[in-house]
Amino acid sequence: MISVKNLNKSFNGISVLNNISVTFETGKTNLIIGRSGSGKTVLLKSIVGLHEVESGEIWYEDTLFNKLDFAGKKEIRSEIGMLFQGSALFDSLTVEQNVRFPLDMFTDKSPAEKNERVDFCLNRVNIINANKLFPSELSGGMKKRVAIARAISLNPKYLFCDEPNSGLDPITAILIDELIKELTEEYSMTTIVNTHDMNSVMEIGEKIIFISDGVKCWEGNKNEILSSDCETLNDFVFANALAKKLRSKEK
Amino acid sequence: MIKFLTQIGLYFLLLKKVFSKPEKPSVYYKQTMREFVYLGLYSVGIIAIISFFMGAVITLQTAYNTENPIYPTYLIGLGCRDSIILEFSSTVAALILAGKVGSNIASEIGTMRVTEQIDALEIMGVNSASYLILPKIIATLLFNPVLTLIAIIVGIFGGWIAGTLSGVITSENFIYGIQYAFIPYYITYSMIKTVFFAFIITSVSGFQGYYVNGGSLEVGRASTKAVVYSSVLILLFNVILTQLLLS
Repeated sequence: MISVKNLNKSFNGISVLNNISVTFETGKTNLIIGRSGSGKTVLLKSIVGLHEVESGEIWYEDTLFNKLDFAGKKEIRSEIGMLFQGSALFDSLTVEQNVRFPLDMFTDKSPAEKNERVDFCLNRVNIINANKLFPSELSGGMKKRVAIARAISLNPKYLFCDEPNSGLDPITAILIDELIKELTEEYSMTTIVNTHDMNSVMEIGEKIIFISDGVKCWEGNKNEILSSDCETLNDFVFANALAKKLRSKEK
Repeated sequence: MIKFLTQIGLYFLLLKKVFSKPEKPSVYYKQTMREFVYLGLYSVGIIAIISFFMGAVITLQTAYNTENPIYPTYLIGLGCRDSIILEFSSTVAALILAGKVGSNIASEIGTMRVTEQIDALEIMGVNSASYLILPKIIATLLFNPVLTLIAIIVGIFGGWIAGTLSGVITSENFIYGIQYAFIPYYITYSMIKTVFFAFIITSVSGFQGYYVNGGSLEVGRASTKAVVYSSVLILLFNVILTQLLLS
């Protein structure tokens, strides 16, 4: 479980996160949704410690993460896997070497054990016969899947995904969403996904928070989101005219 | 002024991170070997070509400026040798490497920054500054003296070829000249300068790449800054080291 309490963050005096408090539950796919520029990525990067926060608390179980020193954070980070918006695969390494990287860096496994783990992770995300390819030779969807394989190679307790299906076609996007949900249940991870894709919300949103201009406006699940009274959330959810029309008919 | 001091502070903070204990020495070793190839071996060609022609030009210029019969012709070989050892093999080669290696380092690390690869390393708990910059520093500190030796040998060879083919000096006189009044300490002096310059090139370029903020345009700017700042520092330290080592 990850808890965030009264989190504040600003850049050059401009407030980006304003008093955010939320709890992300274990074994569930937790979604942070909001418009582009609403502060989703900053929130996610603050939770993993890539941004220093001005005030507030970030708890990983019983550990106050944002007050830890580098060594303490490193220990927590060994239990974190993260999927970045652009996949962030290492360009100079092959698919296989990318997935093996955390194993080389943080385990004392034998080469055979590492190979076995790499093959398992790549098979788990349905990457077949691409071990020797470089990231530049992969499609967008494959890159995301390899990034997921790398993220799960050390059996993380926490999985963070920043816009996992941005730039993907709807079918690949759904496959990625399903994969994230399956892995979350399989490994009982605490998964936090940043997205503004409503398909993802309706597909995997077990717990959802909506933020607008750095403020948490709404919290609930995918069943509650369609009947919310929050006006900014409704503008986001029913963004297109057709959705608005369908909703008014429903009412 | 404040911005300048901030940059200096950031540079030394980065160096502190770079020289902290490596997570896994075996991984760093592999990375260092890789840098030996990319930053060292792949620079041999350009250094050899430039040194050859530098040696040739120095010989011809010395010859055409010392046509007075009072001067013995073997001085052409001596002038070529000393110019190459004292200045060209270390300083000019370092300026060339600042352009080639420096821009390469800044753009590689800068691209990793803007594509979140450095964030990915940090999330894994890897000291990204050390992992990315330390192997480059070690590789250049160890390999650049080899490049300097190559520059000296090829430069003098270039001088000999140009001198004998153009007829400004005989082969015997040139060889006598390069052996005449040889001071071995000049080689040491050149190596010391090379090591300092190697550190300047990799650390300054690594710094420029590591703190890139933005997109591809900023990566390009960082790459240019890396070359300019490294070159200026090389020239500055050239004066300081010459005064300290030859006075």
